[in-house]
Amino acid sequence: MSQTISNSLKKRPLRKAPMVVIAAFLLLWLVGVATGEPGRVLEQAVQVCLSCIGIG
Amino acid sequence: METVRKWVQLIMGFLMNSSWSFPFTRTIYQGPLKVLCAPGLNCYSCPAATTYCPMGSLQQLLGGLRFALENGQYYFGLSVLGSIGILGGLFGRMICGWACPFGFIQELLHKIPSRKFGVPHILSYGKFVFLLLFVIVLPLALVDESGIGSPWFCKFVCPAGTLEAGIPMLFLQPNLRNTIGLLFLNKFVIMLIFLTWAIFASRPFCRTACPLGAFYALFSRVRLIRLHLDESRCTNCKACHHVCPMGVKFNESPDDLECISCLACMNKACKFDAISLEIGGIPLAVPDRGLSPASKP
Repeated sequence: MSQTISNSLKKRPLRKAPMVVIAAFLLLWLVGVATGEPGRVLEQAVQVCLSCIGIG
Repeated sequence: METVRKWVQLIMGFLMNSSWSFPFTRTIYQGPLKVLCAPGLNCYSCPAATTYCPMGSLQQLLGGLRFALENGQYYFGLSVLGSIGILGGLFGRMICGWACPFGFIQELLHKIPSRKFGVPHILSYGKFVFLLLFVIVLPLALVDESGIGSPWFCKFVCPAGTLEAGIPMLFLQPNLRNTIGLLFLNKFVIMLIFLTWAIFASRPFCRTACPLGAFYALFSRVRLIRLHLDESRCTNCKACHHVCPMGVKFNESPDDLECISCLACMNKACKFDAISLEIGGIPLAVPDRGLSPASKP
């Protein structure tokens, strides 16, 4: 088992693309937080959205 | 591993819906935890919901964008997009397989004994249409006289919202029953169609209509945790085709948009250890069937 894993480690390079994607979306999240968006999201989420659930 | 996954689905469903005071308060949870993003499709108007639904919030923010901009507020939905983007970059559609309450409900329904059918591949593009049109374009473009758009997907389609929020709220607040009309009837029928369909086909809503699944599918090639195919070990026996709940032919398309990393192909099908779970390129797990290395081909 350990030999299999070490062989795989040699064959497979570390993938950087996921790190870049995660960093990009982390930046987006930080910009959103800086504009005060989570407060607005919270305001909406604590109310029953009747049209959202097909009643209103 | 399938038992572990079921427990994870149950625990995640409970974590996203852990406010059980609603029989007494007769309304939804209104505490600060609702600033947290639910990884799966889980309506925030569900009485027990303790997190916000990213698709619902994104539609609300985009629908109110014109109004917000007129008031000097730059609510483009970036925090929501950032949250699900981080989750997508980490897990991709593994979230659908391990953390989505509505996906879990469909899996349970699929266990009802009946004749089982596939889902035509062409329908899998539907979810991208819902994401683009109903979640982004229509809430932004079609606004009322005060400049506010509607959450089109939630309002006209989402069966998770009807099941988790619409129906429970009708029980909790009887006065709401007087307000139900064609809108509710439309959504109720859509919910019935998907729930019935889930008995006969595996995860039909996830495969054809879920905008959150469509968003996570965009990360199939760049997600940190994913299944890896060792082509040197694959014998093209196609055993992985028969166990996949999403209809993925894993050996032909290892980064398929539909793969929810449920690990069925790795643990139940492949006898040649050609499939492994990796994190950023490093193997996280290889199938454990008690085979010694010498017994492997």
